[in-house]
Amino acid sequence: MKWVPLGLVRYTFCLGGLSVFFFLLCILTGPFLMLYYVPDVNRAYSDVMDIMQVVPFGAFVRNVHRWSACLMVLCVPLHMLRVFLQAAYKPPRQLNWLVGITLLILTYLLCFTGYMLPWDQEAYWGATIGATMAENTPILGAKGPFSVLPSDKDIHYIMLGGTVLDQPTLSRFFFAHCIAIPGALAGLMGFHFYNIHRAGGMSGPL
Amino acid sequence: MVKAIVGAEVLDAKKIARREAIRKGLFWACWGVFIGFAGVLGASVVRFIYPRIVFEPSSIFKAGKPDDYKAGSVTLVTGRRVFIVRMDKGVYALSAKCTHLGCQPIWYEDQQIFKCPCHGARFTKEGINFAGPAPLPLPRFYLSMSPDGHIQVDKSRVVSMDFLLEA
Ligand code: HEM
Ligand code: FES
Repeated sequence: MKWVPLGLVRYTFCLGGLSVFFFLLCILTGPFLMLYYVPDVNRAYSDVMDIMQVVPFGAFVRNVHRWSACLMVLCVPLHMLRVFLQAAYKPPRQLNWLVGITLLILTYLLCFTGYMLPWDQEAYWGATIGATMAENTPILGAKGPFSVLPSDKDIHYIMLGGTVLDQPTLSRFFFAHCIAIPGALAGLMGFHFYNIHRAGGMSGPL
Repeated sequence: MVKAIVGAEVLDAKKIARREAIRKGLFWACWGVFIGFAGVLGASVVRFIYPRIVFEPSSIFKAGKPDDYKAGSVTLVTGRRVFIVRMDKGVYALSAKCTHLGCQPIWYEDQQIFKCPCHGARFTKEGINFAGPAPLPLPRFYLSMSPDGHIQVDKSRVVSMDFLLEA
């Protein structure tokens, strides 16, 4: 086993674990929010207001979900930074670096899709901006460089379920936020840990 | 102790080879069915996410009569993301979609400019971008006069920046 010299602060070894912890808190609270939240453009916002003001401990559950999500988005890049600064991505851990990049992107997508579920002004225009960025992505977006797909087949169309933000968009984001992305994240996390195990554990004494 | 199996058939080399071939055939047939099914499932999911019908506003619509608008006014046609700008000599339609990342600019009557609330892009009344991150002017849409005297906007046709529907 190759040992990378340990930095001064060992607490940074906890950042990956903290990411898992915050992810689990979201997994725990999310389904409860789903009991009161309905992804319907006409009621999504008032459902969120109900959770905040009427549902017993609703504000608490929602805040645990929000804060955990924010802290996860903070911890994941910091964990990546620790791996980078410690050069822990070197053989035999290259694959885990790549898995990590995917986890990072999925974490951001989870944050983006969740942000838009309350369907308020912030969510709506935030999603508009994200959608326009998708539309201008190279190759996959109809307006991006090297685009190959027409505007009714590109990634923007798939994301919105059409060409404008409306009910199909909210349904799709709901699916992505509650099923597709958490599922992919959980599976990839398992692979991430399996890779640590295969590399003979962590890159330094814990 | 190995007991002799009563009635066990004696296998010759030819029979063994045949059974081996059947075994291999079944093995690949199973994989074939599995891969075929996974392929069909994958392809159908890809097709599934493209809706066959979308319920979206038509890109062609009527936006009232020219005289409904005061000379010099800028009016947002709600739900259509289009500004109707009424000048003395005629009317033009600007896209209410910021050329930066697609938010909806707001018309400031006192300053006579459009400002985008998202990242602060600014546009003149003609739709020209003059500050902020927007890289292009607001597109102008083709207008025609419908037989009943209404302004007809066609959002699928972008026209040049000097286009004006005389009215
Ligand atoms: C959802 C996000 C992520 C979770 C939950 C996660 C979780 C973990 C955990 C629990 C560990 C054990 C060591 C530690 O805690 O520091 C670890 C190690 C590692 N992670 Fe991540 N990680 C995530 C994202 C990333 C990212 C973005 C990268 C880099 C691109 C990355 C690359 C690595 C590597 C190379 C190791 C092995 C480090 C070593 O052995 O010292 N991970 N991860
Ligand atoms: S979307 Fe208008 S300034 Fe960015």
